[in-house]
Amino acid sequence: MEIGLAHYLTVSAILLTLGIFGIFLNRKNVIVILMSIELMLLAVNINLVAFSAYLGNLVGQVFALFILTVAAGEAAIGLAILVVYFRNRGTIAVEDIHHMKG
Amino acid sequence: MIISTIAFYLFAAMTIASAFMVISAKNPVHSVLYLILAFFNSAALFVLLGAEFIAMILVVVYVGAVAVLFLFVVMMLDINFAELRQGFLQYLPIGGLIGLILLIELILVVSGWALSPEAIQVGSQVSPVVSDLTNTEQLGHIIYTDYAYLFQIAGMILLVAMIGAIVLTNRSRPGVRKQNIARQVYRRPEDSMAVRKVEPGQGV
Repeated sequence: MEIGLAHYLTVSAILLTLGIFGIFLNRKNVIVILMSIELMLLAVNINLVAFSAYLGNLVGQVFALFILTVAAGEAAIGLAILVVYFRNRGTIAVEDIHHMKG
Repeated sequence: MIISTIAFYLFAAMTIASAFMVISAKNPVHSVLYLILAFFNSAALFVLLGAEFIAMILVVVYVGAVAVLFLFVVMMLDINFAELRQGFLQYLPIGGLIGLILLIELILVVSGWALSPEAIQVGSQVSPVVSDLTNTEQLGHIIYTDYAYLFQIAGMILLVAMIGAIVLTNRSRPGVRKQNIARQVYRRPEDSMAVRKVEPGQGV
């Protein structure tokens, strides 16, 4: 059986769903939420590269590269905010963040 | 052909299984390790698609930088993770419902979608894949000609992220003795030395 574009799209759809599911499942743990966001970005990358390979057009891979850049920056900034928050409050529970008021 | 089919199913199943373990593992360290496994397997999927450069960049950037950063933060922060998992089963039904709805929607979109043959020709006309160049060379040609400005902006994003992370986590701790080179250089012998005449047998 030939592996077509739909196979890759299915894998990426399942990955995206798992990422969103992870955000709901681990609502208190910011670290796992950040990891779920990374999973969703990975699903987007698989989509872009699959379309790029099957359309014979490399621009999709260029945009996958840019998404990779943004994901790396987002992880760095997110974890830095997490470290500062933990230093100030001694916990990383998401529910406490609304105490910051503004 | 059969080998690539088997390889696709193997890597896809491993990716999805490790992604599931990322969101359901009890220990966040295990989550990070499963995330690394998911990245490796999706890099293998990219290799199957013929995108070697993106696959290698995925391994270098995600596994080498982002996942290690996650591991570092998880191990550095002293957190009671059992406490953070308390609402896990409480959010399972609503999360599962939303995930299921989204998955059904995506499957409907994917199954009801068809690619017209003209689209493939139009797509390959924009930047045709020249077969005698490797994937990395072709990507380099496109990035450094058509997308040079976006490439520069990507570099700026990384620079801003780096500066932001340093500024956020930098703190001045009191009571730390640092070397002040300017003071050391400005120090003169007259300020720091005194010649005393010591009488014999008396001491200072």
